[in-house]
Amino acid sequence: MIGVSKIKQYSNVLDKPLSKGKQEVSLSAFAFLFSELVQYNQTQVDNIAELERRLEDAGYAVGARCLELLCHREKGNRRETRLLGILSFVHSTVWKVLFGKVADSLEKGTEHEDEYMISEKELLVNRFISIPKDMGTFNCGAFVAGIVRGVLDNAGFPAVVTAHFVPMEGQQRPRTTILIKFAEEVLRREARVG
Amino acid sequence: MAPAGPRSGDAIFASVERVNAELFTLTYGAIVRQLLTDLEEVDEVNKQLDQMGYNIGIRLIDEFLAKSNVSRCTDFKETTEVIAKVGFKMFLGVGASVTNWDAEGTCCSIVLEDNPLVDFVELPDTCQGLYYCNVLSGVIRGALEMVSMKTEVTWLRDVLRGDDVFELQVKLIKQVPEEYPYKDDE
Repeated sequence: MIGVSKIKQYSNVLDKPLSKGKQEVSLSAFAFLFSELVQYNQTQVDNIAELERRLEDAGYAVGARCLELLCHREKGNRRETRLLGILSFVHSTVWKVLFGKVADSLEKGTEHEDEYMISEKELLVNRFISIPKDMGTFNCGAFVAGIVRGVLDNAGFPAVVTAHFVPMEGQQRPRTTILIKFAEEVLRREARVG
Repeated sequence: MAPAGPRSGDAIFASVERVNAELFTLTYGAIVRQLLTDLEEVDEVNKQLDQMGYNIGIRLIDEFLAKSNVSRCTDFKETTEVIAKVGFKMFLGVGASVTNWDAEGTCCSIVLEDNPLVDFVELPDTCQGLYYCNVLSGVIRGALEMVSMKTEVTWLRDVLRGDDVFELQVKLIKQVPEEYPYKDDE
């Protein structure tokens, strides 16, 4: 009988073929989900630092899984061992897959050797978020900072990653900068490898 | 000029801004994981996911009505058809179908074969009672409540529990007539 096909059921999720990553959902679905994440966390904490930490932890889990998925799918299981390599992986590949475009810029910090910054004019997660004045410098980009930290940590480059608003002249909404501060051991290793 | 007719789910999905489904999937996974760590009881997590879905649904309905241009549905059958064909397609990019109508036309099943929420997911033994996609039942319930239909939405089949498709049962409890919130003489 021609044309009869049944969707093959896999008993184990590990046996299912890995998707190509081309499937999409609407931006509003993601925005609604993200707003629920933030709202739920607001009920669980007393202060802003705690809220940022929880968002970051949520992002960390996403980042860890992203690294595994992308290393396998996009880079054929090659592992980045150099600092600039992993940074450009985050700036280009991770950003392109998650947000549909490469990050606006990647800069090295001028004051400290161990600081790097990834900037974005408008983070996807912040598009439909407005911060009330009494929340001060709170930035939902902490979720994205968590994603970056998850990727870097699991790739062997431990770092402290935070998200900051940087007001830009001539623009109404401030730019968001993800600040990455690598741990000592990463710089020492990088210097040794040369 | 006559108003534009209702648009198909595919057409709307093609016209809205879209994001990678994997970001969506992983974010949802992070939410479920956070809930499991905080609440620990699987039933509590199910309830919380339903509540989150309800909060999303009451806001989602506005966007749905605005973008899809559907006219007023004449009966519950049409409503569920619209949810399955247009609603799911427009937001999640997947089609769904409606089956299993009961005799009075108040209870039916929406069947989803593909579900972006559950990519890469496997339920561990400790969470066997978890309805991982419970947020979807909340969304439908919330959205329908905003258009004056009180419904009860439950899961009949769940791929994560070993079935072959996702099946949601939507039961219309009652139609609540819209109430004018202000007294006429004030």
